[in-house]
Amino acid sequence: MASERIVIVGAGPAGVRAAETLVAAGVRPTVLDEAAASGGQIYRRQPAELRRRYGELYGFEAGKARRLHDAFDGLRGRIDYRPDCLVWNLEGKHLQVLHAGAPGTVPFDRLILATGAVERVLPFEGWTLPGVYTLGGAQVALKSQACAVGRRTVFLGCGPLLPYVAYQYARAGADVVAVLDTAPRTAKWRALPDLLTGGATALKGVYYLAWLRAHGVPYPHGVTPVRAQGDQAVEGFRYQDARGRERSLDCDAISFGYGLKSELQLADLAGCRCRFESTSHGWVLDLDSSGRTSVPGIYAAGDGAAIRGAEAAELSGERAARALLGDLGFAGQDAALAKLQRRLRRLDNLRAALETAFPYPRHLARAIPDSEIVCRCEMVSAGEIRSAVRDLGADDINRTKAFCRVGMGRCQGRICEPAAAEIVAAALERELAEVGRFRAQAPVKPVPIAALAEKRPEALAS
Amino acid sequence: MSGAQFHRMGGTDRPLVRVIIDGRPHTALAGDTVLTALLTAGRRVRRSEFGDGPRAGFCVMGACQDCWVTLAGGRRLRACTTPVTEGMAIDTGAEASHGV
Repeated sequence: MASERIVIVGAGPAGVRAAETLVAAGVRPTVLDEAAASGGQIYRRQPAELRRRYGELYGFEAGKARRLHDAFDGLRGRIDYRPDCLVWNLEGKHLQVLHAGAPGTVPFDRLILATGAVERVLPFEGWTLPGVYTLGGAQVALKSQACAVGRRTVFLGCGPLLPYVAYQYARAGADVVAVLDTAPRTAKWRALPDLLTGGATALKGVYYLAWLRAHGVPYPHGVTPVRAQGDQAVEGFRYQDARGRERSLDCDAISFGYGLKSELQLADLAGCRCRFESTSHGWVLDLDSSGRTSVPGIYAAGDGAAIRGAEAAELSGERAARALLGDLGFAGQDAALAKLQRRLRRLDNLRAALETAFPYPRHLARAIPDSEIVCRCEMVSAGEIRSAVRDLGADDINRTKAFCRVGMGRCQGRICEPAAAEIVAAALERELAEVGRFRAQAPVKPVPIAALAEKRPEALAS
Repeated sequence: MSGAQFHRMGGTDRPLVRVIIDGRPHTALAGDTVLTALLTAGRRVRRSEFGDGPRAGFCVMGACQDCWVTLAGGRRLRACTTPVTEGMAIDTGAEASHGV
């Protein structure tokens, strides 16, 4: 039992708490982190050369960020931590990695996937122009690089990140031209009673909104994006207000997003079962109440399993580790697991309220003009996707991919999948869940050919 | 095209790092990613292979793969997750279009 090789993929809130829980039980996990330092995206650390204080970097979340960083740093010597380590394949009980640029194979007996999430976006005209970034991207630029993504930035979208990132920008002294919320104003009021049961999370959201209002930042609701203007880069943005009047903003950057989506690729390669979650209109890993996937020996936690936020990620990281310890024969996990499950259920309820407050504007995908690029890797337009369904008979997202190359580029469909799936569903007049999602394929992120040419270990070759 | 895409919000008391972007010298700061170095100098990172214009990254966190650039020696790297180093010469495809 002591010789089992335990590997955690990811060192954000979920991966860190999973590692901490294993170490406390005397287990020494290997932690593979694609980033150069732990913290994940939400508590991402700045490079050593930047010396801003925690409060400046993380605001209200400074305490949580510091506690998470300190917890992980305290594990030094008791875990095998490998930063700058991209896991690009999973085959049987082996992970293939690119560690500091060098190819390698990491065997495991048990695996905790804490792979995090990426932004969920829906294209609008001009979204591939220089100057258009995700909300998370704008946040990373500020947090990790001390840069604003533009001199005059428009924030657009829906979800808790929208007011938060806009607030962070304005607070840092950047020019926030406007915050355009695609949700109707009434949605927030409707969700307020449920949101308030979430305590501090909802109050922080209310604070960001109030702060932006007090500082004169326009914050219209019920907005429909029209187009980013400019020839070689963003020079302006046009949108339709709630009354249908078209309006124009002068800006050189647009930061947008409509929530997050889980990074499921490694779980897919392992054969872990997924399910469609109708509240979030997204795919999540099908886990048992303790964080086990459908594949024995593989566990999952954090936003990489289902979008529940950073607080839930810490809890589910511990939960996955305790489930793993229980499966290894460590006694006494049940009480702690039951407590974690209760707390996570409460956060599930909060998440449902957030989905009401920030309804995912899926109708925007159906309105993408035929001429607009949906897959920015392979330059596949909305019209080509619609034609693959109508003219070539594609009847799901993967047949559509085969016919028109949508999702076949470097990003493996991470970015275009939500829009492509909506467009296919609309063309077929079917439910979103019925058109499926892109099958994951190795390498899940681009790697040099040398990484694939590595000599395969005996266990893999047989 | 003039101006920069990214604008520094403090934190500039760092050692300078000299880089060359499309043959022209530019000064970045220690701790910058290649993406930051490029976008504090201009508004482009690369040219789309399909001729639909310049790109300047998108997700800034290693997911969208829309910021891969070529160094003078031919090495390719993802700009948003790679720290800039002294003397790095980066080609954004500003002049000629080329395949990847």
